[in-house]
Amino acid sequence: MSEEKQNMEEQITQLMARVDELEENAPNDSLCLGVMDGDYDKTMAAFIIALGAVAYDMEVDMFFTFWGLSALRDPKKKVKKDLLGKMFGAMLPKKASKLPLSKMQMMGMGPPMIQAVMKMHNADSLDELMKKAGEFGVRIHVCTMAMDVMGMKKEEMIDYPHIDYVGVGAFVGMFQEAKQCWFM
Amino acid sequence: MTTDELKGLEVASEVDARGTACPGPLLEAKRAIADCPADGVMCVLSSDEGTIIDIQRWSKKMKYEYLGDLEDDGFWRIFFRKTS
Repeated sequence: MSEEKQNMEEQITQLMARVDELEENAPNDSLCLGVMDGDYDKTMAAFIIALGAVAYDMEVDMFFTFWGLSALRDPKKKVKKDLLGKMFGAMLPKKASKLPLSKMQMMGMGPPMIQAVMKMHNADSLDELMKKAGEFGVRIHVCTMAMDVMGMKKEEMIDYPHIDYVGVGAFVGMFQEAKQCWFM
Repeated sequence: MTTDELKGLEVASEVDARGTACPGPLLEAKRAIADCPADGVMCVLSSDEGTIIDIQRWSKKMKYEYLGDLEDDGFWRIFFRKTS
């Protein structure tokens, strides 16, 4: 009988250890979004989903890389750059509201048209969505490698309350702990 | 709840999100819920029909009690109770 009891106790200890391990590895109630496309519509979708998740008390981490970075530029901030950096800076959209559309770009006529229609329907502009995201604690993480490649500096980024500068290691850490990760 | 029951509800907190589009009304509800007393009824005014199902699902997840909606002139009153 005592042997049986001992076995039971051993099994319980093992089970407890497994439960602890599982709990430690359980995902957070968070959403992780990778934003790589520099398109106005896709970036807007990312922020709308982020804000929807916030309403559900989820924490949201947005990782911006490559073309996605244009959405985070503040044209009022001037920084010194080398020639390549200047070229990239001149060719890429200067701020979120200048991003192109993924469809119906129509040589530049598309975005102002869509923005006017959105206004007509009271849909928030990308700028407004980003402001709300800041208010609701959505975190923006900027890929430093993409910044280097495109010659972008921290000093020219928008004033956003929860912004930091990270590498892929941070992003992988985020989506490992998150319940969901989307790359758009 | 029936229409009459909804009309007779004592609303503790009302948020007017008319004229905002998705995700505006849901976010307004989320923002205002903090100031709504426990067990109080909250009413969200929205001109976006999608808000009805949004609030239904959201209140289920938040463990609030969804009460129903009333259609008004071009907008909806959406009711739920902040059950604690």
